[in-house]
Amino acid sequence: MARLEIKKTYKIYIGGKFPRTESGRFYNPKGIDVNVCKSSRKDFRNAVVVARAAQPAWAGRSAYNRAQILYRIAEIMEGRRAQFISELELQGSPKKQAEEEVDATIDRWVYYAGWCDKYQQIFSSVNPVASNHFNFSVLEPMGVVASTAPEESSLLGISTIIATAIAGGNSLIAIASESKPLCSVTLAEVLNDSDVPDGVVNILTGNKDELLPHIVQHMDVNALVYCGSDKKVIIDLKEKSADNLKRIAHYSSDAILSDSGESPYFIKTLNEVKTTWHPIEKVGAVGSSY
Amino acid sequence: MAVKNKKLFEFSPALESAGHIQLKEQYELFINGKWTKPKSGKYFKTINPSNEKVIAQVAEADEADVDAAVSAAEKAFNGWSSLSGKERGKYLFRLARLIQEKARELSVIETLDGGKPIRESRDIDIPLAAAHFFYHAGWADKLEYAFPNRKTEPLGVAGQIIPWNFPLLMAAWKLAPALACGNTVVLKPAETTPLTALKLAEIIEEAEFPPGVVNIVTGAGATGAAIVNHPKVNKIAFTGSTEVGKIIQCATANTDKKLTLELGGKAANIIFEDAAINQAIEGIINGIYFNQGHVCCAGSRLFVQESVHDEVIQKLKARIENLVVGDPMDKNTDIGAINSKSQLETINKYLKIGKEEGLEMFQSSCSVPSKGFWCKPTIFTGAAQSSRIVQEEIFGPVLAVQTFRTIGEVIQKANNTPYGLSAGVWTDKGSKIFNLTQQLRAGVIWANTFNKFDPTSPFGGYKESGFGREGGVHGLESYLKFND
Repeated sequence: MARLEIKKTYKIYIGGKFPRTESGRFYNPKGIDVNVCKSSRKDFRNAVVVARAAQPAWAGRSAYNRAQILYRIAEIMEGRRAQFISELELQGSPKKQAEEEVDATIDRWVYYAGWCDKYQQIFSSVNPVASNHFNFSVLEPMGVVASTAPEESSLLGISTIIATAIAGGNSLIAIASESKPLCSVTLAEVLNDSDVPDGVVNILTGNKDELLPHIVQHMDVNALVYCGSDKKVIIDLKEKSADNLKRIAHYSSDAILSDSGESPYFIKTLNEVKTTWHPIEKVGAVGSSY
Repeated sequence: MAVKNKKLFEFSPALESAGHIQLKEQYELFINGKWTKPKSGKYFKTINPSNEKVIAQVAEADEADVDAAVSAAEKAFNGWSSLSGKERGKYLFRLARLIQEKARELSVIETLDGGKPIRESRDIDIPLAAAHFFYHAGWADKLEYAFPNRKTEPLGVAGQIIPWNFPLLMAAWKLAPALACGNTVVLKPAETTPLTALKLAEIIEEAEFPPGVVNIVTGAGATGAAIVNHPKVNKIAFTGSTEVGKIIQCATANTDKKLTLELGGKAANIIFEDAAINQAIEGIINGIYFNQGHVCCAGSRLFVQESVHDEVIQKLKARIENLVVGDPMDKNTDIGAINSKSQLETINKYLKIGKEEGLEMFQSSCSVPSKGFWCKPTIFTGAAQSSRIVQEEIFGPVLAVQTFRTIGEVIQKANNTPYGLSAGVWTDKGSKIFNLTQQLRAGVIWANTFNKFDPTSPFGGYKESGFGREGGVHGLESYLKFND
C-alpha cells in the first residue's frame, strides 16, 4: 500500500513562533494546491510589538556575532537545498532556474554575513572640526523596518531584503511575495534554526495591497522598503509616510534580484547617521573647556 | 546672592557701529544674475525686531517670478555641471574669501535684521558661513572619493527654503553642498530675515558666478510653495517646522524630486550627579538661551539627576540673573530680540500654558526695552512628561526642567518624543557617556558640550526631526544621484 504523504501547513512567523493568522483567513496562490495564511492588520501590529522589543538587543549584539548568525543562515539553508528547489519548482520555476536561485540566495547570505562587521568602517567618519572637540559620525540602525518582497521571486528577493535589514541591526516584518509565498515560510524555519533571536525577523504572507496602507501608517515603524515599480503605490506610500516621517526606500525587483542586489549601500539606506561631540582638554590652555 | 552677582557683572554699553554697512532701501529679486523687479509689483518690509524700525523693503516673488528663477537655474545647469570640479570649487573658494572679507558688515546686518546678539553673528554665524563654503569648495573635484564604488551625478535644479534663525548660515549650509555637487539653485530666505541672503547675492555677483547658477527669491510661504510645486525643480531642501515639512513631503510625493528635511526638535539635555556642575551650567545656558532659543536643536528639556537638583536649579537661576538681555548691537548682550512679533506671541502662549499646567516659572529680573520683541530667559521646574512645554517645540528662551533617578529612566524619558534631532549628556564618566550616546535616538549628541557646529560635522535628525544630513561627507549625498 502506498504511503500517505505528510503535507506541510504553511504558517506565518511572529516572535519566533509559527502561528496561523489571527484572522483565520487563507488564500491559494495561483496554480499551487496549498492554503497560505492571509495575514491581517492585527498580525502586522502584533509583529511590530515583538520586533520593537527585539531590536535593541539585536543592535547590541557584536558585529562579529551578527556576522556569524547570518553565516549560520547560509549553512542551514545549504542543508535544505533540496527542499527549497522543490518548492520553487512547485511554484513554477524550471529545475535549473530553481537551483540557480537557491545557490544565489545562499551566496547572498554569505555576502551580507561578511558585511556585518565592515560597513561601519566604510560609512563612518572622524570629522576634523575646527574647535577643540573630538567628533565622529557612525551609522545606527533605524529600528523597526517593514518590507515587501519582489513579487517574481519566492526566495532570493525576500532573503536579500531581510539580510540587508538585519545586517545593519534592524528588526523587521517582511511581507512575502504574494504569488510565490512558499519559500518564505521555509526560510522562516531556517531563521528559527540559526540563532536569529525571536522577533528580529517576522514573516507574513498575504495580500500586499491590503496590508500596505496599514503598514505605512503604523506610528511605530521607522522605515518601509517597497520592492516593485508600481508608481501609484510608491506615490501613495510617500504621502502616507508623512504621518511619522518614516523613511521610504523603493527598489525595482531587478535591483534586488540581479547582481546589483549585493551592495553595502542597501545596509546604509536602513541606517541613520549619528554624530557625537566631546571636548578635548588642552592642558594649560586659557578659556572654557566645555 | 543673585542680586549681588548682578551688580558685580554690570557692564557699560559697548555698541557695535552700523555706520559702515551698505544697505539699499529696496531689494529686488536676484534672478539669472540680474536684479529683477517682481512681476507682482509687490514688496514687503523687513524690520529690526529690537526696535520695530523698517530697515528695507524687499520684493515678493510670486509664481511667475519663481518660474523665471527656476528657468534661469535650469538654463545654467548644463554649463555649471559640466565645468570641471576644480573650476567649480574655485568659485566657492572665492565666495568663502569674500564672506570673510565682509564679515563685519554681514554680522551687523544679520543682527539688525534678525535680532541676534552681535557677539553671536560675529563669532558664530558669519565665520561658520564662510567655513561652509570653504569646506565644500574642496569637495567639488573630489566627489568620486566620497562614495566608494558608485558613480554620482548632480540632480539639476535645487529649490532651497531656509528659516529665520540663522539666515546667512542656513543659506551657506544649503548653497555650498548643492553648488559643489554641480547643481544650480533657487533659494528662498525667510520673510523676516532676507537681508544677508540678498547681500550674499551681491557677493555672488562680485565673485563672478555664471548667471542663473544661484537665484535668490524673497517672499513668504506662498513663494516657498511655488518652489516646492515647480515641476522643473529636481530637489527640495527645507529647514523649518515639522508641520510644514510634512506638507512638503506630501506635496512632492507625486514627483521624482529628491527631498531632505531638517525640522523641529525638543532636545534632552541630561545632567548626572557626577558631572562637572559649573561647566554643565554653562552648557545648559548655552544649550537653551543661545540665539534666544531660536534653535531647532536647542536643549529645551533639561533632565537633572535628583541628588543634584537643588544645586543645579540654584546655580541656573543665579546664572540667568547675570545674562545680559537687551540691545543686540551691544557686544555685551547675551540674549537679543525675539525674531518677530508672531514668534513672541507663540512663546508667550507657551509661558501661559506652562503656568496653567501648574509648573513653577522663574524668569530673570532683568528689564527689557519698551520697543521691540523681548522674552526674559525663563525656567519651568517640576515639569512632567505630559506637559505641553515638554512635548512641543517652543523655539524660544524657555527651559523645562524634569528630574530622574536612574540611567534607564532618563533614557526612556529623553527618547519619549516624536523628535530626534539632538541631545546632550553631562557626566565625567566616559563609559556612561558612550552608553547614553548610543541609546539616545537623535542625530547629533553633544557630550559635555552643547550647540557646537562645524562644516565637517554632519547635522540632521531621526524620526520627525526630518531626514538627510547637512555637512560632512554624509551631507553630499543629499545633492547627488547615483547612476549604478
